[in-house]
Amino acid sequence: MIDPVARPLPWQTATLLAIKPVTRRVKSYRFRIAFDRPILAGQHVDVRLTAPDGYQAQRSYSIASAPGADGTIELMIEGLPDGEVSGFFDSVAEIGDTIELRGPIGGSFVWRPEDGGPLLLVGGGSGVVPLLAMLRHRAAAAPQVPALLLYSVRNASEIIAAEELAVRARDEAHFDLMLTLTRAGGRRVDGAMIGEALDRLGAPRHVYICGGNAFVGQAADLLLDAGIEPGLIRTERFGG
Amino acid sequence: MATRGFTGRRPPEATRERLPPGQYLEQDFPVLQIGPNPRIDMDRWSFTLREGSRPLKSWNWEEFSALPRTAWRGDIHCVTKWSKFDTGWEGVSVDDILAAAGISAPTEYLLAEGYDDYITNVPVADLTGPKAMVATHYEGKPIEPDHGGPARLLVPHLYFWKSAKWVKGLRFTKKDEGGFWELRGYHMYGDPWREQRFTGD
Repeated sequence: MIDPVARPLPWQTATLLAIKPVTRRVKSYRFRIAFDRPILAGQHVDVRLTAPDGYQAQRSYSIASAPGADGTIELMIEGLPDGEVSGFFDSVAEIGDTIELRGPIGGSFVWRPEDGGPLLLVGGGSGVVPLLAMLRHRAAAAPQVPALLLYSVRNASEIIAAEELAVRARDEAHFDLMLTLTRAGGRRVDGAMIGEALDRLGAPRHVYICGGNAFVGQAADLLLDAGIEPGLIRTERFGG
Repeated sequence: MATRGFTGRRPPEATRERLPPGQYLEQDFPVLQIGPNPRIDMDRWSFTLREGSRPLKSWNWEEFSALPRTAWRGDIHCVTKWSKFDTGWEGVSVDDILAAAGISAPTEYLLAEGYDDYITNVPVADLTGPKAMVATHYEGKPIEPDHGGPARLLVPHLYFWKSAKWVKGLRFTKKDEGGFWELRGYHMYGDPWREQRFTGD
């Protein structure tokens, strides 16, 4: 798994090619950017915005697109009401704008086709974004690898890539989707749900969990309770 | 390069002076780690100094808890851009750990090792002085598992990935060997004030 990258990671200029709504609060942003190293599914980029007086703000965002050679990446950014950077994307950014970013970053929460499966992906809310990159990569490069996405969101209007996931679940023989809505009488991820996911998928070779802090902690504990080896589980979290 | 339409939300000057470049002030305490919290049996907990694979000295929890205590309060900085101010920690300084072992550091470098098999490299000179401790308490209470309890390394002048959670020992190495993140593109040293996030920064 170790792939030492001994080269500096330069800031680069990326051009915004397209903006599309994903959910009420999340939008997709496609950038033209040519990295000097390959992207791995699950990685993120750092974005840096600069005010006229030189003040800068940086944030990290997961890459949603599968690794590809077309010289573009897709980010999905939730416009947070107080978000200094996400608020810029939500209400200021326009097609044709240029911003600085650098990447791809991260060598832990990544999946390569040769890593194989079965692949258990557990996502909460916008934590599904790096998992979506893995699913897209898997479909293109290793469709025989069994994969199951257990995806928890508050309500149906917040499902990221809802149609894409439904189509994948229908058309891809080895991809299985379990969706749970937590609001309005819904159900949070629990031990029985993890048990069902493991029954449907078989023993996973790799587990990736991404979401808010409490969600990831609980999902990881439930998987350990179910007997999954800790070394198979990779986590990525956002929020305090 | 100014970003069209970006004005930003500058923190007050007193905050800005304490924030290393590229950081923002966080009030919560985010959790970043590569996998699940390890399940640690306190009856079998130990903290071990090694030179290479050779153990030099080991303490169980009771013995470690009896070592001289150190307190520190100040700011911490995570490479994922958040900083948190005025965090209060207690534990055992690395100076006191070496003194209790009756040794001086046998090499200039080491790898801190966690119960989750995470490793990270730190020069010995950045741990002694006393610049670092093995912390057992945060704000007066035992450190929660999410934040690395029962014991974590605390090296507050470097990015927080150097402050290995669930630490189980320090392994002295002849050379400066990269740890988990350092072998995955992150900086070997990680000084937030020089913004050493990634290789070459």
